[in-house]
Amino acid sequence: MRTARIALMPLAAVMVAVDLVLIFAWVPTEQVMGIVQRIFYLHVPLAITGFVAFFLVAGASAVYLIRKNPRWDRLAFSAGEVGVVMMTLAIITGALWAKPVWGVWWVWDAQLTTTFILWVIYVGYLMVRAYAPTNERGRRWAAVVGIVGAVDIPLIYVAAELWRTLHPDKVIGPAADESSLESAMALTLLFSMLTFLVLFTWLLTERLALRRAEEALAALRAGEC
Amino acid sequence: MRTSAAPSPALPAEALSLEGVRKRYGATAALTGVDLRLGWGTVLGLFGHNGAGKSTLLRVLATLVRPDAGTALVAGLDPTRQASAVRAAIGYVGHAPLLYDDLTPTENLAFAASLFRLFDTPARIAGLLEEVGASAYAHRRVRTLSNGMAKRVALARALLHRPALLLLDEPETGLDADGLRLLDRLIAAVAAGGGAVVLSTHDLERGLRVADEALVLRRGAVALTAPTGTLDVTSLEAAVSGEGS
Amino acid sequence: MRQSLRAAWAIYRKDLRVELRTRETVGSVLVFAVVTAFIFNFAFDPSPQVLGLVAPGIVWVAYVFTGMLGLNRTFQLERDRGTLELLLLAPAGREAIYWGKLGGALTVMLVVEALMAPVFLFLYDLSLFSPLLAATAVLATVGFGAVGTLFAAIAVHTRSREVLLPVLFLPLAMPVIVGAVGATTALLGGGGLAQVNPWFQLMAAFDLATLMVCSWAFEHVLEE
Repeated sequence: MRTARIALMPLAAVMVAVDLVLIFAWVPTEQVMGIVQRIFYLHVPLAITGFVAFFLVAGASAVYLIRKNPRWDRLAFSAGEVGVVMMTLAIITGALWAKPVWGVWWVWDAQLTTTFILWVIYVGYLMVRAYAPTNERGRRWAAVVGIVGAVDIPLIYVAAELWRTLHPDKVIGPAADESSLESAMALTLLFSMLTFLVLFTWLLTERLALRRAEEALAALRAGEC
Repeated sequence: MRTSAAPSPALPAEALSLEGVRKRYGATAALTGVDLRLGWGTVLGLFGHNGAGKSTLLRVLATLVRPDAGTALVAGLDPTRQASAVRAAIGYVGHAPLLYDDLTPTENLAFAASLFRLFDTPARIAGLLEEVGASAYAHRRVRTLSNGMAKRVALARALLHRPALLLLDEPETGLDADGLRLLDRLIAAVAAGGGAVVLSTHDLERGLRVADEALVLRRGAVALTAPTGTLDVTSLEAAVSGEGS
Repeated sequence: MRQSLRAAWAIYRKDLRVELRTRETVGSVLVFAVVTAFIFNFAFDPSPQVLGLVAPGIVWVAYVFTGMLGLNRTFQLERDRGTLELLLLAPAGREAIYWGKLGGALTVMLVVEALMAPVFLFLYDLSLFSPLLAATAVLATVGFGAVGTLFAAIAVHTRSREVLLPVLFLPLAMPVIVGAVGATTALLGGGGLAQVNPWFQLMAAFDLATLMVCSWAFEHVLEE
């Protein structure tokens, strides 16, 4: 675990540096949207790592409820916290991209709606822990929120889709058609995704280590009094 | 109790058998490794200051609190894995009377009976309310009852399903002299019928008189276990406050 | 399983008996619903054209918010006098408490929703009396009751339950709220079963999935 953490940091640092060069110097500017389209290489990987994090939360929460081993809770919590950060950045970069291209910061299409609600659910996930009377109950409650949230996601997506068909005028189609990506663009996107997954894994291991230390400290404090 | 003559640990013949039971609430340790044995037909007095862990221990036995570590057998059953069976075997009276204010004592007991799937309940309920001296209040809302009367009804509620093990958490609260005599009678009856009673109390003198065995908790750990016959109020007081052991 | 069902039934009957005797929850929640419906009058111009667009929203915002209030109360009442412990001492599975409390909360919510129908007729000239609208109300109420019962049990034990319940409940209940508004829009616009079918399917799927997951998860919520 410790070695993985030490190895991941320089790897993530190098990859982020290369990624930035690819995005801002190497990849050609998209013809229609112009320079602002480059945010796409950050936005998509951020959103994908956000979703990966939330699946980790749900999976680890389910294992925690069945096995009751706190290490699974640590994983769920750390993934939840890093995931909320990733998803927040994904929503912000998405809005920055949408404003010049679509003319609005936000549209209520199925993807955006689902992303937004997922984000709110996991903010609630972190809130439950903060308000729980004891750590142990907080863990179990948060796990329940994580699992119910994950089960709910497909239904939220379907609901948002159905809603869109009810109000078709509100939809402004996504301007980027991903199938027509140039090979340089596709390569940059792919590399950026890898970079963010490595970055996410590194942040996750750091958060896990910190969480372990926090819990060890709390246990020591409890032993004193 | 831990005695040298105790048989092998997990005998269902024992009312209670606990080993290394721990419970922590966040940063506070409520129980730090409690060992305990109790045979049938005995009354255990549980002594200790506020916050010593008496209530937590009783709540562990009542399956209301899941211990973090250690093994516990209540009437030969594991309260975490066989919780339902344990709940059927115990009667618990906590600090709150566990009665619905807007229902009458009879309705409250009928509800408890339906939770425990009892048959022939109207006669049993009337009989129990008579026994605890609450017959006159059987059809008034609990809201209008005094604390002492509510406590009597709570005792009737706990005895409704004829539990083998009675768990009482400071049951004296609110009871008058007559109520205390009733409490002693009920405790003695359970023990005489081959059951067992665990009673937490701050009244050392009464506790020594009612209980056969004494267990003193201090900061979540067992400070003393002894038959009550070998103790007096002074020595028990010293054990509770932790002066000279 | 059978003993859990019987315990759930006992809890449900107890809740109804207490409610019939005090009428506290239905009474207070109903007043809240009327006030909510009334205040919409000032949120927009209540002309028939505008009303046609926003009516389903008014109805469901009022129903969802009153439902939340009712859900909070079901566990609040058990917690205030510590009687939740009595339910926990019953020799039955924890899911019995979930089904019993859910049944009680659903009954109260559906009664309030039915009592609100004439209020909407009176305030907005909005007729909600149709079997398909009743079916919509049942499907939607079961859905948000299923999620709400689980999270009310969590929220009641926390310091800030007034905040926590809506934060957890509203995003998770979104599909069923969308379904209810969609179906109501279709029905008030003169649509029939064909138009509401996708919404009914959405709500039914939500009800099934959440009832299963939430009743399973419930035991982990109550343990101390």
